[in-house]
Amino acid sequence: MKGSFIDNLPRIYGIYTGGFVGFIVIMAIAEQMGMSAKAIGIAFVAFTVFIYALIGYLSRTAQADAYYVAGRQVPTVFNGMATAADWMSGASFVAMAGGIYFKGYGYMALLVGWTGGYVLVASLLAPYLRKFGCYTVPDFIGTRYGGNLARFCAVVVLTVASFTYVTAQINATGTIASVALDIPFQYAVYIGLISILLCSMLGGMRGVTWTQVAQYIVLIIAYLLPVFWISNKMGAGFFPHFMLADEVARIGELEQQFGFIANSKEDLALVPKGLAGITKAHSAVNATPWAFISLALAMMMGTASLPHVMMRYFTTPSVKAARKSVGWSLFFIFLLYSSAPMLATLSKLSLIDPTLSTGIIGKSIAEVQAIDWYQNWNQANLMFVSDFNGNGTLELNEFFMGGKAVVLATPEIAGLPYVISGLVAAGGMAAAMSTADGLILAIANAISHDVYYKIIDPKAETAKRLTVARVLLVVIGFAGATIAAMEIQGILGSVIWAFDFAMSGLFFPLVLGVWWKRANRQGAIAGMILGLVSGAWYLVWVRSGGSGFLGITQLTFGIFGSAVSLVSMVIVSLMTQEPDKATQKMVDNVRVPSGKTILGKQH
Amino acid sequence: MSNQTKHWEKSRGLLLITLAIWFVFSIGIFLFGAEMNEVTGPFGYPWTYWFTCQGSLGIFVILIFWFANRQEKIDEEFGFSEREDE
Repeated sequence: MKGSFIDNLPRIYGIYTGGFVGFIVIMAIAEQMGMSAKAIGIAFVAFTVFIYALIGYLSRTAQADAYYVAGRQVPTVFNGMATAADWMSGASFVAMAGGIYFKGYGYMALLVGWTGGYVLVASLLAPYLRKFGCYTVPDFIGTRYGGNLARFCAVVVLTVASFTYVTAQINATGTIASVALDIPFQYAVYIGLISILLCSMLGGMRGVTWTQVAQYIVLIIAYLLPVFWISNKMGAGFFPHFMLADEVARIGELEQQFGFIANSKEDLALVPKGLAGITKAHSAVNATPWAFISLALAMMMGTASLPHVMMRYFTTPSVKAARKSVGWSLFFIFLLYSSAPMLATLSKLSLIDPTLSTGIIGKSIAEVQAIDWYQNWNQANLMFVSDFNGNGTLELNEFFMGGKAVVLATPEIAGLPYVISGLVAAGGMAAAMSTADGLILAIANAISHDVYYKIIDPKAETAKRLTVARVLLVVIGFAGATIAAMEIQGILGSVIWAFDFAMSGLFFPLVLGVWWKRANRQGAIAGMILGLVSGAWYLVWVRSGGSGFLGITQLTFGIFGSAVSLVSMVIVSLMTQEPDKATQKMVDNVRVPSGKTILGKQH
Repeated sequence: MSNQTKHWEKSRGLLLITLAIWFVFSIGIFLFGAEMNEVTGPFGYPWTYWFTCQGSLGIFVILIFWFANRQEKIDEEFGFSEREDE
């Protein structure tokens, strides 16, 4: 091939995509020839993970700017794909459609929040932080406000938020690896971790960038293919996104017909933990405006504060490219997010509509219990039926499912070949791995660059810095895996907390650093510490039975934390001296795209 | 007023417009979620449902590209756009 690697990117990933589609076809043929479901699952996960590891190896580097910011030469569209993979976690992939299926409108606030946040990223932060030329988010805080304490506080907030998030991702890779490879979860977690580290250890940000692009391609194919296939198979519409209005309306009709009957406590005690029934309307507004808006707002501000997303925009060749790249990121995210509600609709209708051959509501309990897929997913602890009212027929309130089943089981329910289920497992693995990689790298880079190099040993040579960075990567990965293996929290809850932590401590110090010249060191330190502490306090208070106020829940505690952060940052800044002339000039420079970056190419 | 001050004022103006549109489609319309859902919207979906599935999300994508283009124009106007070799 002629030209540099960057020039050839479209061709390289084109060949890669073709190769992956070819692999799916080969697996489909192998299934027809009698390859077992288990072997297909193993082949999908093992093959894709091997490819990622190979890309990680080929991207190895010994240069600081390649390790920290991929040499700042990632083109906008590819950076968009990498960010989308970085962003869409195992939770987005496996649990989002399930959340919509069970909670309806109240849950959709997450879709609006997790996309709307990118408008804030594009307009308030990304281009300016790119102009700054930093390696990490604390690098910006440390240089803009000056002093090691500010830098250190930023590292602390970043670590708290990202670590909360990463355990959930390692947990997800473990879950998928344990199902696909059929090994116990405690071991599968470490297999997941080793796959994650293979992508990032040798190449740092460069390795992670090119594996994330590859992972995006796998995960988007794995998500969209079943949605389109099921929709066509059901006759619901050729392009589900534009054609499911009748299906949505039909679900509303059926809900009216069946009614939402509440189960007694005794009955619910029989249902396995983690499974839920359909108790909320599918498309009706079932949450108060404030409940919806506060959750969306918390997710939007959290998005703009999460370092693993922000640092992706440090890798673009220019400020202009950083802005465009945010648009591409959101476009690639949109492809999956707009499909999740369609999958939820198709999944729900195919289960509850008695006129469809797949519908189970209204059938006799014995009949349902004899269905193959019911038995499989019942065994996997993701489905459950029970004849509470003793009439022998399955009612809407007698059918329970786990949130993950919407993505994992719908292909099988709709009668798609097993090869699709193998593909979905590979997609979930890609989603969880790519996010875990971004997060672990964000933490390890912040500690190695900002704490070790900038604070402890500013004279360290590049080789030594990168060794420290890699050792930290492994240590943090293992710490995350160890906690994940203990299975303390559910996947989605801890993901949402990470957003709240990030916005409590970082949103205003970052935004005001660019948009308010008067913001100074004392103010920023107060904003970070008081914001994080008050947010954490609110979470603990509500968790331990506190009533909360203003309708702020444990999922939106960041609204309280960031409000405290804003107020304290403004008051303390105004009470102390304004930043010196050099700092003010630096802010002026950040605001124009042209000219040299604030921090040198190598720093 | 220096060139740079003017550039910043115009950039700030663009930011305010962008954030206003963002506010409407991420927060504003959901104040009336229940009322808006009574009306049939694009492709036959109820309006609020459509906004949460596709509408707001798609508008954000367009908004970011629009913002990026406008900002580039502003940068060019004041001579602050980047040279390719930087």
